[in-house]
Amino acid sequence: MFEYAPAPESRSVVDLKPSYGLFIDGEFVDPTDGGSFKSINPASEEALAEVAEAGPQDVERAVRAARTAYEKVWGLMPGRDRAKYLFRIARIIQERSRELAVLESLDNGKPIKESRDVDLPLVAAHFFYYAGWADKLEHAGFGADPKPVGVAAQVIPWNFPLLMLAWKIAPALAAGNTVVLKPAETTPLTALLFAEICQQAELPAGVVNIVTGAGDTGRTLVEHPGVDKVAFTGSTDVGRAIARSVAGTRKKLTLELGGKAANIVFDDAPIDQAVEGIVNGIFFNQGHVCCAGSRLLVQENVADRVLESLKRRMAQLRVGDPLDKNTDIGAINSAAQLERIRELSDAGSAEGAERWSPPCELPDRGFWFAPTIFTGVTQAHRIAREEIFGPVLSVLTFRTPAEAVEKANNTPYGLSAGIWTDKGSRILWTADRLRAGVVWANTFNKFDPTSPFGGYKESGYGREGGRHGLEGYLNV
Amino acid sequence: MSERVAVRKTYKLFIGGKFPRSESGRSYLVQSSNVSLASRKDARDAVVAARAAVKGWAGATAYNRGQILYRAAEMLEGRREQFVALGIPGDEVDAAVDRWVWYAGWADKLSQVYGGANPVAGPYFNLSAPEPTGVVAVVAPERPALLGLVSVIAPAIVTGNTVVVAASPTEPLAAVTLAEVLATSDLPGGVVNILTGRITETAPTLAAHMDVNAIDLSGVTDGELAADLEVKAAENLKRVLRPAPVDHDWSVDPGVTRMTSLLETKTVWHPKGV
Repeated sequence: MFEYAPAPESRSVVDLKPSYGLFIDGEFVDPTDGGSFKSINPASEEALAEVAEAGPQDVERAVRAARTAYEKVWGLMPGRDRAKYLFRIARIIQERSRELAVLESLDNGKPIKESRDVDLPLVAAHFFYYAGWADKLEHAGFGADPKPVGVAAQVIPWNFPLLMLAWKIAPALAAGNTVVLKPAETTPLTALLFAEICQQAELPAGVVNIVTGAGDTGRTLVEHPGVDKVAFTGSTDVGRAIARSVAGTRKKLTLELGGKAANIVFDDAPIDQAVEGIVNGIFFNQGHVCCAGSRLLVQENVADRVLESLKRRMAQLRVGDPLDKNTDIGAINSAAQLERIRELSDAGSAEGAERWSPPCELPDRGFWFAPTIFTGVTQAHRIAREEIFGPVLSVLTFRTPAEAVEKANNTPYGLSAGIWTDKGSRILWTADRLRAGVVWANTFNKFDPTSPFGGYKESGYGREGGRHGLEGYLNV
Repeated sequence: MSERVAVRKTYKLFIGGKFPRSESGRSYLVQSSNVSLASRKDARDAVVAARAAVKGWAGATAYNRGQILYRAAEMLEGRREQFVALGIPGDEVDAAVDRWVWYAGWADKLSQVYGGANPVAGPYFNLSAPEPTGVVAVVAPERPALLGLVSVIAPAIVTGNTVVVAASPTEPLAAVTLAEVLATSDLPGGVVNILTGRITETAPTLAAHMDVNAIDLSGVTDGELAADLEVKAAENLKRVLRPAPVDHDWSVDPGVTRMTSLLETKTVWHPKGV
C-alpha cells in the first residue's frame, strides 16, 4: 500500500456559531419549551455547536408560520417567481459549496471527496432542476391546473443531510407548498446553514422552517393536525409508525425507507469493473446508504476470483480523517450506529459466517469501523436480512439467473439492486424480475435530480426526483 | 299446462377462476337470494389465488392484457339484460361497459405516459417505467353496484395487478354476475377474486395480510373502520387508497390516478460507452 501524505481540507472556511436556534418564520429563534443538545464531529467526538431542541410549542409555531406563508404568500405566488427563488437558492449553494461540503463532512463524518464531489453538486442540481418545474406544473402530467397540498412536514436522516433536505424541500417549494423540516439530531448543522441561505436568497418568511431535535420533535411534527403532507426518509420501523399515525387523516404520505439491496455479479461480468461497483455499492458513505449494495450475489463459478480481487481492492481503501482529500471511508456517524454495526457483525460471526477485513489502522478517537465482508452467508443469517447501514458486505452465491433473482427478491425490502454482466438481454431479463425501485446495471449508486428514486414493498412508497417527485407535493 | 318452473341461480364466491361456496358453509339473504357469506379463511384463500396469478398476469404483454380486458367488455355488453334484470339501470350498465373499454385501452399506453427516459447529467441510459405493485385488496363501493365495481377493478388489473375484491354487501349480485363475465373473457383465474359478505369480516383480514401489496378503501363508508384498516395496512407498508367521499360521482371521468396509485416506478441505469 502506498504511503499518502495527509492532504487535509481546511476547515477555516466554516464559521460556526457556538449555538443555533430554530429557524421559524424567517428568523432564528430560541425554543420556547424545548432544551438543547450538542452536535458532535463523529471523527473526533468534539462538540461542534449547541443546537436547540424544538418542543411541541415550537413545532406549533413553525407549522403556523408555514400555514400563514402558504395562505398569504407562497401559495398565491406565480410559479415563475417561486422558480426564481429556487434558482437563487441553487446558485447560492453552488457559490458556498466549499463551506457546505466541509461542514457536512465535519458534522456527518463522510469523506470530503464525497461531500464535495457527490453531495453538494447533487444538492445544487436538485434545486436547479425543480426550480424549472415551478412554472411548468401544468405540463407535468397531473392535470391542467395542479394544486399544491399545503404545509409539508419533512423528516430526514443523517446519512446525506443536505442532499435529503434538497430532495424534500426543492420539489415541495416548486409545487407551491411550504415546509417544516426536521433534520436528524446528529447532523443538523448544514440544514441550519441552509436556513441562512434562505435568508440570503430573501425567501419569504415562513416558506421554509427548520426545527431541530430528536425523535420526539419529529413525531410531534408529523402528528401535528395542521400539516397536509408528510415526507419521511429513514428506517422502516419509524416509517411504519408514521404510516399508522396518519391513518384516518387527510395527510398525504411518502416514505423512503430501508433497503437490503442485492448486487448480482454474473460470470461474464468484467471482474475489475464489477469489483469497483461492489466497493462503491457498499463502502460509499461508510455504507450509510439505504440503497447500498449490501448483499453481494456472485455466480458460483467466479466467486473465488471476484472475492480475491475484492479483497485486494479493499486493502487499498483508506479509512480515516473525513477532511483528508485522500480518505475513502470516513467516520461512522454516531456511537449508536457504531454499536448497531458491531452488534450485527457479531451476529454474523456467531451465526457461522466468515468475517474478513483488510489490515486497517483506525484512529483512537471518534467512531470507526473497518470495511468488512462476510462470506459463507446464508439467506437465513441476520446479516443477509437486516439492514446494517454500515461498511459491511454479506456475500452469497448462486448458480442460475433464476436463483439470483429468487435470492435478490427474498427480502421485505425493495429499494435498489445491481446487475453486472456483459450480456444486454440478461440485464433486461434480470431487471424486469427484480422487485426494486432503482436498478443499476454495470454501475451502482448513481443519482440524478431527473431520475425517480424510491422503493417497492417495505422500502416505502412514492418517488423522489424527476417528474414523478412532484406527485407527492401536488393534489392529484 | 302448468307454467315452467324457473331454474334459479346460486350466487357463490369467485376465487382462482372457480366459483366455490364459502368454506364456512355460511350464506346470507340479500336481494332475495342466498349469497355466500365469505369468511376470513376465504379472504386468505383469495389472496393465495391472487398471488399465484401475479406472475402470469404481470408478465403478460400489455397488448394481451388490453385484448383480454376488451373481451371482458364484449361479454359485459352481451349480458346487459341480465344486469338490468338485477335492477341495475340500463344507463349504468352502458357506463360500466364504456368504462371497461376505456381502461382496456390504457394497457399499452400508460407506460409511455407515466414513464420515460430521464435526461441524467452523465453518460447513462436511464429509463423509468411503471410496474404493477402486485396483489391489491379492494373494498368496492356499496353503490352504484356495477359501475362502482368496474371502476375499481379495471384500473387495478389493467396494469398487471391482481385483485381480491370485497363486493358491496347490500347489492352483491352484480359482483357475482360480473365474475361470470370475467370467467368467460380469457381472464386467467385468480386475476380477479370476489368475496361477498360482510366488509367488517373480510376487509380487516385483507388489510392485515402480509402478502397483499396495496389496499383500495374506496367503498369503506365508516371512518373508524377506514382508519383501522389503514393502521393494519401499515404493518407491511401497503399502498393505501383512502375511501372515496360518500357523495362521489362514479360516472365522471376517473383520470389516471386510480391506475397510477397501484403502480411502482422502476428506474434502470446503464452506462453508455464503447
